[in-house]
Amino acid sequence: MQRIGVFVCWCGTNIAGTVDVAAVSEALKSEPGVVFSTNYQYMCSQAGQDIIKDAVKEHNLTGIVVCSCSPRMHEATFRKTAAAAGLNPYMVEIANIREQCSWVHKDMLTGTEKAIILGKAAVAKVNLNTPLTPGESPVTKRALVIGGGIAGIQTALDIADAGFPVDIVEKNPTIGGKMAQLDKTFPTLDCAACILTPKMVDVAQHENIRIFSYSEVEEIGGFVGNFDVKIKKKARFVKEDICTGCGACVEKCPMKKIPNEFNLGMDNRRAVYIPFAQAVPKVATIDPSACNMLKSGKCGICSKVCTAGAIDYKQKDELIEEKYGAIVVATGFNPISMDKFDEFAYNQSRDVITSLEFERLTNAAGPTQGKLLRPSDLEHPHTIVFVQCVGSRCDACAEKGKEYCSKICCMYTAKHAMLVRDKYPDTEVYVFYIDVRTPGKNFDEFYRRAVEEYGVRYIKGMVGKITPEGDKLKVQASDLLADKQLHIDADLVVLAAAIEPDKTARPLATMLTASMDTNDFFTEAHPKLRPVESPTAGVFLSGTCQGPKDIPETVSQASAAAAKVIGLLVKDKLTGNPCIASPNELMCNGCSSCERVCPYGAITYIDKEFPQPDRTVAVRRVAQVNPAVCQGCGACTVACMSGAMDLRGFMSSQIIAEVDAICK
Amino acid sequence: MHKDNEKMKSEIIRRSGVNPSKCMRCGKCSGTCPAYDEMEYHPHQFVYMVESGDIEPLLSSESLYKCLSCFACVDRCPRGVEPAKLVEAVRLSVIRQQGANHLTANDIPEMLDPDLPQQAIVSAFRKYTK
Repeated sequence: MQRIGVFVCWCGTNIAGTVDVAAVSEALKSEPGVVFSTNYQYMCSQAGQDIIKDAVKEHNLTGIVVCSCSPRMHEATFRKTAAAAGLNPYMVEIANIREQCSWVHKDMLTGTEKAIILGKAAVAKVNLNTPLTPGESPVTKRALVIGGGIAGIQTALDIADAGFPVDIVEKNPTIGGKMAQLDKTFPTLDCAACILTPKMVDVAQHENIRIFSYSEVEEIGGFVGNFDVKIKKKARFVKEDICTGCGACVEKCPMKKIPNEFNLGMDNRRAVYIPFAQAVPKVATIDPSACNMLKSGKCGICSKVCTAGAIDYKQKDELIEEKYGAIVVATGFNPISMDKFDEFAYNQSRDVITSLEFERLTNAAGPTQGKLLRPSDLEHPHTIVFVQCVGSRCDACAEKGKEYCSKICCMYTAKHAMLVRDKYPDTEVYVFYIDVRTPGKNFDEFYRRAVEEYGVRYIKGMVGKITPEGDKLKVQASDLLADKQLHIDADLVVLAAAIEPDKTARPLATMLTASMDTNDFFTEAHPKLRPVESPTAGVFLSGTCQGPKDIPETVSQASAAAAKVIGLLVKDKLTGNPCIASPNELMCNGCSSCERVCPYGAITYIDKEFPQPDRTVAVRRVAQVNPAVCQGCGACTVACMSGAMDLRGFMSSQIIAEVDAICK
Repeated sequence: MHKDNEKMKSEIIRRSGVNPSKCMRCGKCSGTCPAYDEMEYHPHQFVYMVESGDIEPLLSSESLYKCLSCFACVDRCPRGVEPAKLVEAVRLSVIRQQGANHLTANDIPEMLDPDLPQQAIVSAFRKYTK
């Protein structure tokens, strides 16, 4: 028989306001096994915990019931208290009389009645509790970073600098991500490439970092500390270790009209290409959908001009299998498609562009060598209209856009407008805004400079429609403060398109069993207190895959994620959760139902010998649970038809006892 | 808000099925409106005035009949507010008060013009009938 102590918490007035705590502790005194029952203002406080510890010693308690807040809040606290008093921590049960009782009831009578019932259920369960000991699992001291933009680069560098090996998987031929495509960065206006490329070189030269470029994650198995990952290294038809990046193949390739992704299709590249001059790794890649040799076997010029002999038309995709202790997601973002915004004529005129296209148009390495020329006729635009919030802050039911604020657009539009006025003072620049949101260090000052020093015309209102007419774009918009409808003949229109998570994020989340919100941003373990961890153990979040962010915020989060990874990798062993499934082999009929429903692949079957009463040996097929992989979800216990599978700490008998106590 | 205004506001909201508090004051409706210059009160003002219960001035305004009911504002509103439906609801409350239709189906044939777009006929019905 257990000797149980009951401790009812007031939580100030949170519980005591709607639950008669004294009546609860009194009522539970007469429950079977209960030898001590009390109540206190704040059980989680040091004084409250001391009450528990003293009672354990004084009354020789073997089990504890704390009637308080959700176990998510303080179960760990009270388990530690029990352990400090010499009890097994799994002899503690929490009756949630706050979130599930006092907070949802207004009436003291019903609240108290329910609290007593919840307390009785917890007592009934503790009567059947057994001490549990968590298992341990080793930690593979290597991290995987998925995505090689500034977020992935910073995370990888920080982990590698702490002495742990890191692999970066990047789906494009080079690392660098979106930041490599930017021209200048707000609010200091330093050139993006100048601050990014040294970091890319650091990554390439770091002894602890391997880059798998042009590669994608195919499969993820295992669990925190012990992930098994399959990475597909796509064939680039160039031997990476031999190619010197001299570019002779690119120069001689006859396929010249392939839209250049790096410049967002505003100019062309060859079938064999190096995305940009500072690419890392600086290795050529052959685009199999464009290369004549790969499509029809007729060409082979690149192979002839390559003095290093790096071209390999027979190269195949390669599958790499590696073990990791931690995985960091840094999959980044893309601007949304403008196809559904007919009113802005994006698909009708080449002179309506997105802000990312504008970045390439003003970049010295871009399609116009940094001269601001409009795409249709390469003339200098004299009137430029910037439209903010295109596809951001849309109603949830509007199919075209996103509900959230994309956060970065106000600042980059101010930057674009300012730079245009600085380089080309003869240009009229209009910015149509709904609100200007500039909460950041030196951000509002930056925006004010655009208005006050550079004469950018900020107009509160939205553009209603854009009609291409001749070589002009007729812009019709409202000026809310002047209460006028404006008609502007623009030469170039720049749309601040909303940003969305990269398309690869969703399938990756499925592989990781990591949760996402409805917008496909990864969910953090706690929105305030654990912002860089996914709820899935061992998976960490870096950069815009978690929500819209600018570069400083991305880099901060990247380093924070790295700190969390390092904290995990320095451990030699991880303590597991002892509340895992365990089969009763004598009852198991070998049906495989549990194996099929297990989401973690924790269950396998073995043929096991069982001694029989007649001294013979029978071989039967029985389930085995890998304690390191099992997460204790309980799906198998439901699927098991013979009742052989049970969840430690949540045995069927304990659950039934709880239900009985409630229904009594 | 005054009680009468409150009542009129809830009546307009019920009739139109529009929730004006979804408006984020971007002004795209007025930016897109082809009848803007003809109107005394512009689409974004309709939304704002209904939201604040200031409906009285709208009832006597010519703007009610200047709206083309082209629904461009409904199509382009990023928040799904549907300003044209609000205009229509205010208009209906005026027409209903007067207790008469301004247009019947029998009046149509002689008013037809081969160049008249179908939308204009539909719009006329919207504007002048219950």
